[in-house]
Amino acid sequence: MRKREDEWTGLMRSAMAGDSAAYDRLLKSVTPVLRAAARGGLARAGQPVDQSEDIVQDILLAVHLKRHTWDANAPFAPWLFAIARNKLIDSLRRRGRRIFVNIEDFAETLPGEPVTENAPASEVAAQLQSLPTRQREVLQSIAVDSASIKATAAKFSMTEGAVRVALHRALASLTAKVREQ
Amino acid sequence: METDQLIRTLAADSAYRARPVGMVLALALLAAAPVSMAIFFASLGVRPDLMSAMHNPFFDLKFAVTLALAISAIAVGLHLSRPQASLRGWAWLLLIPAGLLAGGIASEMMLPQRLPMMTRLIGSNSRVCLTAIPLISLPLLAAALIGLRHGAPTRPAVTGAIAGLLSAGLAATLYASHCTDDSPLFVATWYTIGAALVAAIGALAGSRMLRF
Repeated sequence: MRKREDEWTGLMRSAMAGDSAAYDRLLKSVTPVLRAAARGGLARAGQPVDQSEDIVQDILLAVHLKRHTWDANAPFAPWLFAIARNKLIDSLRRRGRRIFVNIEDFAETLPGEPVTENAPASEVAAQLQSLPTRQREVLQSIAVDSASIKATAAKFSMTEGAVRVALHRALASLTAKVREQ
Repeated sequence: METDQLIRTLAADSAYRARPVGMVLALALLAAAPVSMAIFFASLGVRPDLMSAMHNPFFDLKFAVTLALAISAIAVGLHLSRPQASLRGWAWLLLIPAGLLAGGIASEMMLPQRLPMMTRLIGSNSRVCLTAIPLISLPLLAAALIGLRHGAPTRPAVTGAIAGLLSAGLAATLYASHCTDDSPLFVATWYTIGAALVAAIGALAGSRMLRF
């Protein structure tokens, strides 16, 4: 457990220094833990666990947009679990049930195996349609077609900087729309 | 969207660097300060005997108290903008202005006074004080909430209340230069009620605005 968390801290430091491959690895490594905690929270709230992917994506978006509040001299796991706990409580509350989540729920969970039966997450996808066209196109090009920033820029005859701005704005407004629901 | 697709997208956006919360808070407060100052100078202005009042230590103490409140609330607010933060170990900072005030009251008690205690406490500006501090603080409160919203506060109501204290501290610093009631008893009563009012507004606004 400690070894895994130390590894996360190292990956996050590299990510903050501009290593996007480390960031990708970090997010992939935390996702099973978040998924297990989300399923646990849903199960205890008497909610169908197949909604866990919505919560996982909600947490990942928050981690991404709030990562500047992580102190690079501090371990990453407590910060991550605080964000995740906040998002989990928020999601469960939005689903109409008040519930308290222990921070230990995250620390103690073993990485859950990738779920096979999970329904495709709908919340984020549903909000895609309400984005401005250009933001949606850029987001879909990168997310769904796995195009690079460079390839996306060429496809829409935009500069790479403009693609980056559109992508970031799309992620920020997706998060805001999911929250406002 | 599949989670793997989302992760790929987030990694593609990893070059984006958000400004630190402290910087956003500072910029927002700097933008709001002229508005609050305009409200203050248009409606109240500094007292005419400002120069001689500055020789009165109890006049100067008002600024020490209000600035201490503003600065300690900024420190606590920035701390609470991190998701895993709690008030523990930090709330005592807010006792600094209270301690200064208590010291002021104690020393005033030991000095001979022309006016009885209740007269000094009630003063002659209590109504102005109770209106001016919340009014001047509103633009600053909005700025403080915008700044802290850039962080990730997991206790939105508490953080909003701290934003209220922060803006009330700054507003009271302006107001103190207008008010002719310098007794620490007056400050402890009316400034405190004014600041508590703004803190309540901040808590209410924060519980909505500061969720992320």
